[in-house]
Amino acid sequence: MPKATALFQRITSAPLRALTRLSGSDLTDRLHLRRPAEAAIYEAVRAGTKLVKMAAQTTTGEAKRLAPSKASGLFDPRPTEEQVLMRDAMRRFAEEVLRPAARGADDAAAPPNAVLEQGHALGLAGLAIPEALGGAATERSTVTNVLIAEELARGDMGLAVAMLAPLAAVNAIVEWGTAEQQARYLPSFLGDGFVPAALALLEPRPLFDPMRPRAGAVRTNDRGWALWGEKSLVPLSASARFFVVAAEVRGQGPRLFVVERDTPGLVITPDPAMGIRGAGLGRMHFEGARVPDDAMLGGSTPSTDFDLGALVDRARIAWGAMAIGTAQAVLDYVIPYCNARQAFGEPISNRQAVAFMIADAAIEVEGMRLLVHRAAALADQGAGFARPATLARLQCAAKGMKIGSDGVQLLGGHGFVKEHPVERWYRDLRAIGVLEGALLA
Amino acid sequence: MINLEIPKRLRPLVEQAHAIATSVFRPISRKYDLAEHVYPKELDMLAAILDGVNDGGAGASASQLRRDTTPEDPGDGASRNRNGGNLATVLGMMELCWGDVGLALTIPRQGLGNAALSAVGTDEQKARFGKRWIAMAITEPNAGSDSAAIRTHARLEGDSWVISGEKIFVTAGERAEAIVVWATLDHSLGRAAIKSFFVPKGSPGMKVVRLDHKLGIRASDTATIMFDECRIPKENILGSAEIETDKSFAGAMKTFDNTRPVIAAMACGVARAALDRTRKVLADVMPGSANERSPWLGSHAEADLARLEAELEGARLLTLNAAWMADNRIPNSLQASMAKAKAGRAVTEITLRCVELCGASGYAETDLLEKWARDAKILDIFEGTQQIQMLVVARRVLGKTSGELH
Repeated sequence: MPKATALFQRITSAPLRALTRLSGSDLTDRLHLRRPAEAAIYEAVRAGTKLVKMAAQTTTGEAKRLAPSKASGLFDPRPTEEQVLMRDAMRRFAEEVLRPAARGADDAAAPPNAVLEQGHALGLAGLAIPEALGGAATERSTVTNVLIAEELARGDMGLAVAMLAPLAAVNAIVEWGTAEQQARYLPSFLGDGFVPAALALLEPRPLFDPMRPRAGAVRTNDRGWALWGEKSLVPLSASARFFVVAAEVRGQGPRLFVVERDTPGLVITPDPAMGIRGAGLGRMHFEGARVPDDAMLGGSTPSTDFDLGALVDRARIAWGAMAIGTAQAVLDYVIPYCNARQAFGEPISNRQAVAFMIADAAIEVEGMRLLVHRAAALADQGAGFARPATLARLQCAAKGMKIGSDGVQLLGGHGFVKEHPVERWYRDLRAIGVLEGALLA
Repeated sequence: MINLEIPKRLRPLVEQAHAIATSVFRPISRKYDLAEHVYPKELDMLAAILDGVNDGGAGASASQLRRDTTPEDPGDGASRNRNGGNLATVLGMMELCWGDVGLALTIPRQGLGNAALSAVGTDEQKARFGKRWIAMAITEPNAGSDSAAIRTHARLEGDSWVISGEKIFVTAGERAEAIVVWATLDHSLGRAAIKSFFVPKGSPGMKVVRLDHKLGIRASDTATIMFDECRIPKENILGSAEIETDKSFAGAMKTFDNTRPVIAAMACGVARAALDRTRKVLADVMPGSANERSPWLGSHAEADLARLEAELEGARLLTLNAAWMADNRIPNSLQASMAKAKAGRAVTEITLRCVELCGASGYAETDLLEKWARDAKILDIFEGTQQIQMLVVARRVLGKTSGELH
């Protein structure tokens, strides 16, 4: 890639290392990622140019937020060219790295480190962190995040959650952190190694309402905070360096706290579940866990910035993308299977009872995709997206589960045993109607 | 760049259609449901307005369901993204049918035949036959979904086509000024020999013999028409008279790629009407909206309404997507069938559930909810039943022929 080399001589800025690494790694060769890599380089150049312009202006200590993107005003279901390249790269990664590792991660209830490191080399953290903080992001990219998440979940939902969990923490800090918090936590994600971190919102109670978490934070004598309560099904629980945790603060409502792993009073236990086991799920027990005053995201004054509703909605958009990816995987799997499987002298897909189940899945995946994309696009545009996100979540939970169930049904007894991945997808797809937080598109 | 909102330039049209639905359709909705077969004369004025709008090039109508761009459509140069007649039509139709689907089906000069003419007629035929109210006659007593099995026959005699057969379920069959009739040139040659013909009302040998009494869409007339050695000019065949194996029927079927999203749009409009009305009816008795983000934590009615709204939103977006593809000349048979399948089942489920949720007030004729639940059923039947849409989708995704999967 002589052209790219020439370009890199002009890009010396540290922030772009995440992206430049993409072109140099052995992984890109192995995964035939060259073309997408070129697109990422193009983005890097663009970002680099802007960075020079911005350098003179970024002297104040204000937190860096991502601006809304501009919409064309026309109806358009197509992603941009850059998004298509990114999506194709993720699709290959999912096929060649995530899918082969899925069964093992499910059995072990933990993601393999090698997969997470390979995933880190894709440079996704760079795309989440604003360029003023060393990343390459220039504007909100919920749609891009959704397209990435769909493809990764098509490989394996559990591993996709493990890969994207730290980005949920990153996105929360970008969106609601102070300048000081952003400077403290974000640069490490642009380094050479995968940094595990997670966002914890869900609690182990029936009829859990994500807008009213019961975990709470109370003031301590030394002007710090003591956290009480429980968080469940938290990804990367065994390795996360820190967690972004939602807790109720009296007089302020729910707020986010950055909680380091070794915080006294925090006990983390494994919390393996029906599915998405590859995410390494755990339960957090807060028994008066002590964190400093500045652990509260956005500063400890009653914040006008933090919007739990937006967090819940963006998480649900991401889970919708997970449902789309895994439902698509089911569809991709049952089509050749049912075309090949013979019964009564012909392929079982020649029967309407079988064929219509597959047609139904195809229709619903397409509908789910449009619902999630609409909510994501509105989020990027800075428009209201609470209702569209709720509707997307409702359809993705219901239809995703139906597709997961039909997937097993279509394979019959073979669907029930672990020689085929459909039983895992059945278990994974139940997560869409259960999980809150954890991801942030 | 992904954006699934109603485009800015079509918003005035949507508002206009909604205003028509509110102030023209709703006040006479029950009247013509009760007075079946009486022509809604209030629509003449509306048709005149719509003609004016269409001639101005900014309209949404059956005749604009075409694949070519209109000169005044700016698109957006860089990515060649067109938001044209198909998108405008489905958006307009959603609003009109929020008012009344039966009335929308009987707006003069907006028939399905107009859509067929646009899809398969030559420019010369469009110029000569357009500006008229054209119905579409496909179904026969013994051939419904299997339109390749039609028996109505056409033969060339000198300068005339001579058509014989019986057509049923012709929407606007009595009120329309002309009918596009599907007939076979040679029954032994199967679907390749099926052609469509433009038959003006009053052609010798053509007779409307019966009007059906129906479950719903009673404002729209549904006719049985007999063709007894009916003679029309030789030039009235739409498309070519050659029997090209596989091509001709595909041409005729192409009409459906454009009209199925329109029926899906009708379904979305009716379903939206029922949901809007039900929320109003239940407002006093349903606990507040403390659970907007998690409706399943609230009352059963609230959870169900949210679930149904999500179904509708899926159907609506599939419909807009299919219409957008038609505007941008992307083959959309699959997506058109997906939209109609989802919208057809959604509108039936939604309107019936809304009647149930509203109880006696929903079931009685004092409200329009029961009417919408009756109107809804046809939307899962005409222009291809739910089951036909499923066959189309299944064959496409499984890569099967109609011989393998039927």
